[in-house]
Amino acid sequence: MMFRTFSGPVTKHCRLFAIGVMTAVVSVLAGQPSAAEQVAAATPMLALGSTADHSQFEALNKDFKTGPEVTAACLSCHNQAAKQLHKTTHWTWAFENELTDQTLGKKNVVNNFCVATATNWPRCTSCHIGYGWKNDKFDFSSEKSVDCLVCHDTTGTYKKYPAGAGHPAYKDKTFPPNDPKGKMFKAVNLGKVARNVGTPSRKNCGACHFYGGGGNGVKHGDLDSTLGMPDKALDVHMDKDGLNFNCQDCHTTGSHEVSGSRYVTKAVDTSGIDVPGRGDKSRATCESCHGMTPHPESANVKLNEHTDKVACPTCHVPEFARGGRKTKTYWDWSKAGQKGEGGQKIVKDKDGYDIHHIKKGLFEWQANVVPTYRWFDGEIRYSLLQDKIDPSGVVPINSIGGSYDEPGSRIWPFKVMRGQQPYDKKNLVLGVPHLFGKDENAFWGGGKFDWNKALAAGLAARGIEYSGEYGFVDSEYYWPITHMVAPKDKALECDQCHARDGRLAGLDGFYMPGRDTYPLLDTIGWLLAALSLAGVLGHGALRIVTQGKRD
Amino acid sequence: MQKIYIFKRFERFWHWSQALLIMVMGVTGFEIHGTYALFGFEQASNIHTTAAWALIVLWVFAIFWHFTTGEWKQYVPTSEKLVAMTQYYITGVFSGAPHPYRQTTVRKHNPLQRIAYLFVKLIINPLIWVSGLLYLYYTSWDAWGLTMLTLGGVALVHTAAAFLMLIFFIVHIYFATMGVTPTSHIKAMITGYEEVEE
Repeated sequence: MMFRTFSGPVTKHCRLFAIGVMTAVVSVLAGQPSAAEQVAAATPMLALGSTADHSQFEALNKDFKTGPEVTAACLSCHNQAAKQLHKTTHWTWAFENELTDQTLGKKNVVNNFCVATATNWPRCTSCHIGYGWKNDKFDFSSEKSVDCLVCHDTTGTYKKYPAGAGHPAYKDKTFPPNDPKGKMFKAVNLGKVARNVGTPSRKNCGACHFYGGGGNGVKHGDLDSTLGMPDKALDVHMDKDGLNFNCQDCHTTGSHEVSGSRYVTKAVDTSGIDVPGRGDKSRATCESCHGMTPHPESANVKLNEHTDKVACPTCHVPEFARGGRKTKTYWDWSKAGQKGEGGQKIVKDKDGYDIHHIKKGLFEWQANVVPTYRWFDGEIRYSLLQDKIDPSGVVPINSIGGSYDEPGSRIWPFKVMRGQQPYDKKNLVLGVPHLFGKDENAFWGGGKFDWNKALAAGLAARGIEYSGEYGFVDSEYYWPITHMVAPKDKALECDQCHARDGRLAGLDGFYMPGRDTYPLLDTIGWLLAALSLAGVLGHGALRIVTQGKRD
Repeated sequence: MQKIYIFKRFERFWHWSQALLIMVMGVTGFEIHGTYALFGFEQASNIHTTAAWALIVLWVFAIFWHFTTGEWKQYVPTSEKLVAMTQYYITGVFSGAPHPYRQTTVRKHNPLQRIAYLFVKLIINPLIWVSGLLYLYYTSWDAWGLTMLTLGGVALVHTAAAFLMLIFFIVHIYFATMGVTPTSHIKAMITGYEEVEE
C-alpha cells in the first residue's frame, strides 16, 4: 500500500472514519445539513446546464436526410462553430509539433496498426469529425461537412458507419456490407439526435478514441470501452459512482480545441495547479489539479520527493487494459494474406480475440499489462515516410526523448506496440499499403493480398515511388499511459521498483536504492565482515581450548 | 576482586539504546540496500529514517554529556600500555597472563579501546551521518548548491561506512567478552560496576 506510514493505515483510517461519523451525528442532532447534503444542494447550480432546449428550435424540428443537413441547421445559430473546428487536429488530421518540427497527425504518420490512412480514407475517416473524406479531394473548407453530432449526441444512437467516410447509416445496413452475418447499423434518426444534443460524454469521445486501431482497446491500452462506465477500481476520476469525470474535465476545451495531445505529451507540468490567471488553461496534466506535491502530509514524505523524477501515472497506473478488455500488443503483417494452420481465415483465442486474420496477419493481445518504463522529457520523434529506416534493427515508429540527466525528464509508463510491417527493401522507407477498397490494387479488395500492388498504390498516393521489392521489418511504437488511474491503495508499492529485479530494472544511467549496488564494495564489505567474524570466533575458540591450560 | 563504578546511568542508557538503534539501522539499511527482503522497502526505509532521527537526538545528548562531564578525554589516544595490550590479545590471553590494563573511573578504556572508539566517533560516525543525511535529503541538493554530488556516490560512502560499522559491531561484541571474566564487561555495561583485579 502506497500511503502506508509508520503508524499504520488502519488506525488512521479508523480515526478519520470515526471523526466523520461523529461529525455527521453532531450535524444531524443539530439539525444542520451534512457536508454531503451541502454539496448535493450546491451541485445543480454549478453543474453545466445548457441555456437552450434544442428540442424547441424550429430549425431542428424536421426530418434530416443527411448529416450535412443537420450541420447546416446547427450552423444557422452556431455560426462560428465550423470555423473553430476547421482549425483543430480533429478536423485537419495534421499536427505541427513545434518541439521537433515534424508534421504529424493521422494524415501524415505511419504506425504499426493499420499502418497509414492514405488511400484507405473511407474506412479510416469513419473516425473523422466530418462527412465525406473518401479520397484526396476532400474539401477541408466546407463548413457543412463538419460532423457536430458525433461529439454532441446524447441519445447514444448516432454511430458513424465503419466504411462511410464519416457518414452514419442513412438506411439500415450491415458491416461488412451485404454480409448477413455482419454487424447491423440502423438508420439514424437524425432529427431526434439533433434535438437532443448536449455536452460530450465519455462515450462520445470514446466512439473513436476507445476504438482506435480498428477495434475496442486496440491502440492505447489505457483507453477502451470499459471507460464508458468505469468503476473506481478502473479509474478514480471517471468512476461512474464517484467523480464521474468526462474527458473534457481534464482535456479542457476552448473554441472547440481540446487540450492534451499525446504528440506533445507534457512530461512534467511544473506550473502546478491551474487557477484563473495562472497556468496554461489546460487541465490535461495530473499536476494541473494535484500540483507537484500531491501527497498529503500524512503520507510518506518520500512520495512527494519522487515527483521530480517520477511521473504520476508511473505509480498510479500500475497496469493498463485493466477493465476487462485486452489491448493489442503485437501485429505481424507478414502473415496477412495467409490462412491459419487449420486453413481458417480467422483464428480466435479462448477469449474470442482474433489472433490470426487472413486480412491482417497475426495478433497478440494482453490484459492487465505492466507498462514499459522510460525516461521521457516530452519529446516524441516519429519515423516519417521521408525518413530512411535501418531494417537490420527494430524501426522506432516513434522515439521517446529524455534521460536521467536531461532536465524535465521523468520516468513514464508506456504501452509498447510491436509488430512487423512492410517496407520498401531498396528505398528503405516504410511501406504504405493500400488496404481498403474494391479496386484492383486494394490488398483487401481486388488486389487479392498482393503486397506489390498495395504498396505501389499506397506509396504513390503519398508521392513516393515504390521500388518493387518489399520486405517486413520489426517495429515498435511507444504510447504514454495516463488513463486508468487506480485507487491509491492499488498504486505501486516502493519495492515494486526498489528491488534488484523490479519494474525499473531496465532503466540505466542513475543509482536507485534497493536496485543498484557496487559489486566490488559489497564483495569487499562482506568479505571483511566475514573475516572479522572468523577472526573473533577463532580467537574465542582458542581461548576456550587454552582455558584448561591456564587453570 | 573489587568492584568499581565505571559507567554512569546516562552512559549505560546511551550505550544500550545506541546499540539497539544501530542494530535496527543495520538490519533495515541492508534491506534498503537490496541485500534481502524483510519488512518491505517502504517499512524498512521508514524504520531506518525514524531510527536515524532517534539516534541523532541521542547523539546530541551524548555529545553534550561528553563535553559537560569532560568524559570526552576518555577517548584521547595514548601509547601507554598499547604494546602490552596488543601482546595480551595476541598471546597473553591464551597463556593466562594477567590483564595488563587496570580500569579506573577516569581511565575506563584500555589504549586499544580508545583507538577503536575514537575511530568510530571520528571516522565511521561522521561518514555515516553526513552521507546518510545527504541521502535522506537528496532532493534538496540543488537548493543547497550541492550540484556536484551524485546519489550513487553518496550511497557508496554510506554503504562503505555501514560495512565499517558492521565490522566494528562484530569485533566489539566479541571484545565485550574479554574482560577479567567473560561477562565482567557486559555486567559493567548493565550495572555500571566492573570487576577489576585488586
